[in-house]
Amino acid sequence: MGKANLISLLFFALALFFFPITVKDSYIITISIFAGINALVALGLTILMGYAGQISLGQAGFYGVGAYVSAILSLYAGIPVVFSIAIAVLAASLLAVILAIPSLRLKGHYLAVATLGFGEIIHILLNEWGPGGPSGFGDIPTFSILGYQISSTNDYFYLTWLVVVIGMILSQNLINSMGGKTLKAIHDSETASLCIGINVSQIKIKVFILSAIFAAVAGGLYAHFVTFLSPSTFSLFYSILVVLMVVLGGMRSLWGAIVGALIITFLPEVLRGFKEYDVLVYGVILTLSLLFLRKGIVPIVCDMVKKWR
Amino acid sequence: MEIILQLKGIHKSFGGLKTLTDVNMTVKKGEIHALIGPNGAGKTTLLNIISGIESLDKGTIFFKGQDISRFPPYKRAILGMGRTFQHVEVFGEMTVKENVMVGFYLRKNRGFVSYIFSLPEVKKEEKDIEKKSLEILDYIALSHKKDFLAKNLTIGEQRILEIGRALATTPELLLLDEPAAGLNIRETKTLGQLIRKIRDERGITVLVVEHDMELIMKISDIITVLNFGCVIAEGGPLEIQKNSEVIKAYLGEED
Repeated sequence: MGKANLISLLFFALALFFFPITVKDSYIITISIFAGINALVALGLTILMGYAGQISLGQAGFYGVGAYVSAILSLYAGIPVVFSIAIAVLAASLLAVILAIPSLRLKGHYLAVATLGFGEIIHILLNEWGPGGPSGFGDIPTFSILGYQISSTNDYFYLTWLVVVIGMILSQNLINSMGGKTLKAIHDSETASLCIGINVSQIKIKVFILSAIFAAVAGGLYAHFVTFLSPSTFSLFYSILVVLMVVLGGMRSLWGAIVGALIITFLPEVLRGFKEYDVLVYGVILTLSLLFLRKGIVPIVCDMVKKWR
Repeated sequence: MEIILQLKGIHKSFGGLKTLTDVNMTVKKGEIHALIGPNGAGKTTLLNIISGIESLDKGTIFFKGQDISRFPPYKRAILGMGRTFQHVEVFGEMTVKENVMVGFYLRKNRGFVSYIFSLPEVKKEEKDIEKKSLEILDYIALSHKKDFLAKNLTIGEQRILEIGRALATTPELLLLDEPAAGLNIRETKTLGQLIRKIRDERGITVLVVEHDMELIMKISDIITVLNFGCVIAEGGPLEIQKNSEVIKAYLGEED
């Protein structure tokens, strides 16, 4: 890990530590928890989309599997929450393998459509087979680690963002390693990657699984925080939101995933003042930023800082 | 001399168009072997078939005595086959140094898990790979551009970089697809010297497709001539220059 990255991570962790203490408003802290959960999903997709160049419109599916499997296991089978999330992550990875093997032979739009189909299938299955059907189910146990119940919003804020920071460190490790270089290589030229001995499809499958793991962990965090699940949370709309976070923040920047998640999560809250026009303003802002901030916010800011120096 | 690559009865057609018909060819270890022919003769297709980017319809490819006809490209690379491309395929968004570094991935792959958890040996190895990559950049005289993005190099430099990237995979056979296309006279001369150097110093066999006759006549030990997907002649540079079939293929027939 480079020095600059280490310093930014340290500052980031410090800011996170003081955030709930200074803000105190439990509503804002709650939204920040959702932002953290979204950031995790976006982080996984950034690696997949920004670095390996594979589009997925099915992240909501993995997110939903993570949430539902963990919730069901802890609620009906009495499995402790940490383990239930672990099993949920395994389940999502397994699904990722099954989906990846046929569909990663596809490129570009075809892969997007295949993952979109997957997301929709999961959505339908949750509606049909999930406890409570379309109206969902509640009373999902909350987190407890080594006997310590994590129930207050502040505790949950720290837990969520701790997971995000760990996810960030691991992602940076990968991106800055030889592994990350092979991902970028595949993104730039699959043919050349093959000819220097990179097993392209195997690596694509691995990154795909990785992105599913991030989404499933986020799903678990969501389920045990909200303690209520319904299928509508895990629809195509969510998958598209995650793509938006990644693109808005900057596809080729891990920090972009976090910035994108924060903006997309907080924007509707900020726009409450517009009353019934909020959706309209939301749409206009997103359209304009995608038109004028093509590279994404983080890379643009980085370029500006470099020039200013 | 030992045979490194042998093609037996290669056929390939795209739709109804026969691109290659019964191509037989042997490349001996340590030679610089040129593959020439008029436009559309099927040279690049043949190179793509050898490296596995294109599948063949009929025939067998032996590489170091092993039948590799159905191997995917990355397996052929692992066996020791490197190549460059007619339409340059450098990793544009990566630096020159990184381009060479990925070339080492093949021999030094540690697996995703150790990368994600950044295990100590990974870091040590990365330093090692970086050092070796810089050595290669020295070798191909591109060290002064090591931190440039590959897409910002001239076409000539990109072609040289592709050779460097291929060298990082420690190939035994190097396939060069029109390495001199788009190069000026001085660059072409340097390229010729580099190809000789790679063979002489590293013992790498070179199979080169090229249109620049001056370069070909100067560097190659043996030349195979393709025309309309068939081998029409094979021999040393002097022999080929005098061959009436070859002259006919390039210049047409006298009435």
